[in-house]
Amino acid sequence: MTKEDIKQVVLDIIADIAPDENLSAVKPEVRLRDQLSLDSMDFLDIVMELRKKYGIEVPEADYVQLASLDSCAEYLFPKFQAKGSK
Amino acid sequence: MSSKTRIVITGIGLTAPNGNSLPEFRGNLLAGKARIAEIDVRHMGRHPAGVCDFDATKWQKRKELRNGTRVGSISIYCAREALGDSGLVWESVDKSRVGVYLGITEHGNVETENEIHNISQFGFDTKYWTHHHNPRTVANNPAGEVTMNMGITGPHYTIGAACAAGNAGLIQAAQMLQLGEVDLAFAGGVSESIHTFGIFAGFKNQGALGAHEDPTKASRPFDKNRNGIVISEGGAIYVLERLEDALKRGARIIAEIAGWCINSDATDAVLPNPERQAECVRLALKRAGMRPQDIHIVSTHATATALGDIQECTALREVFTDCPGTYINNTKSFIGHCMGAAGALELAGNLPSFDDGWVHPTINIDELDPECALPGLVINQAVQAPRLEAILNNSFGMLGINSALIVKKYGVA
Repeated sequence: MTKEDIKQVVLDIIADIAPDENLSAVKPEVRLRDQLSLDSMDFLDIVMELRKKYGIEVPEADYVQLASLDSCAEYLFPKFQAKGSK
Repeated sequence: MSSKTRIVITGIGLTAPNGNSLPEFRGNLLAGKARIAEIDVRHMGRHPAGVCDFDATKWQKRKELRNGTRVGSISIYCAREALGDSGLVWESVDKSRVGVYLGITEHGNVETENEIHNISQFGFDTKYWTHHHNPRTVANNPAGEVTMNMGITGPHYTIGAACAAGNAGLIQAAQMLQLGEVDLAFAGGVSESIHTFGIFAGFKNQGALGAHEDPTKASRPFDKNRNGIVISEGGAIYVLERLEDALKRGARIIAEIAGWCINSDATDAVLPNPERQAECVRLALKRAGMRPQDIHIVSTHATATALGDIQECTALREVFTDCPGTYINNTKSFIGHCMGAAGALELAGNLPSFDDGWVHPTINIDELDPECALPGLVINQAVQAPRLEAILNNSFGMLGINSALIVKKYGVA
């Protein structure tokens, strides 16, 4: 899975948890909370969906890594790679 | 505030299995149209149930619907519709003086069962249990969702009162208005119980779950061959105000709360006690300053269980002797048992009687149980009545909670 694929994975999750949001113009380098109406419960939803759908754990200390699509891709890339190599 | 402060109904919003507004609901009650479907109940197969089909996105964003509960959604729909019906200019209402008081039979079963099912897909590992569980299952959830949706900053809570809850919500609101705690109240009852298999299984194993090859005939109170309860969802929320406030703003007054009583059997968890029920009705009448003869419609609680219907009839027979102008009906024969919403919906369906002069019937009586043959029982066909000015609304529930609420036509002494 490429970093671009990972961004799409995160966007697809956000599309489910924030169905009223327009995601067509989300800027990958900008904090998600600065461009979308997302609260802390929504980020917990992202963490939960990564766990359920991909078996990926995001420890609480690392939640800040999910701030933007770019930082999501950087942070999750090795985790997806590790999953893929198993 | 004096306990003599008069409280009036100035708006109604509802969703019932056979109607998403009072005119639609009333029309179907007068026309004898039941609406019960067969649904898949988790672990239990197909059972008759009353399902509401209101447009949840009318008043909620999709994210609210995703994060909230079904009963929260029912509550928001009913409260918003009640507001529209009341003619209030919402922008000019002081939201800190508005209270939300909703009766519930139970809450949290749906979400808890859903989460147990969810984690069962992950070997019961609780790290997959949703973080939404607690805000969804706290007992104030439905009332709290209403306040968040409508920006209400006054008090909100639910009143847990088993199947007497619809009346209890209205009574609570009337009391808070009389105390001056709030100036405006959204109050009534709500239920999402068709989404929890536990309620179905509990009634089934108690021998109290209704069934019929035609689902619309499954709920048949007072019929000799009745065999139990049809579980339904729904809600009815009223706008209540002090009379003086309603008059000041030129509100349309739908009815006046005349009196009420809630008491307890203190005898059995599930078997009703007609002696206490009769006491409850008598005390409500006394507080309203009325005689049994002054009641023109008794909206019964009867749920179509073998014993429960007879017990209520025993209580009514004892109170309403020599009352030729009193008609008796039942709404569950149309929509099943809407649990926490039952009392509030059943009252709402009867209120238009004050204006249209009709009493809606009890349907699905093919063979009247002689033990339920009350004088004045309106069977299968609506009747016109010469005088319709007061309704007694019965709602009883498990653990022996009884409630009787009396409303009267405004302007009648």
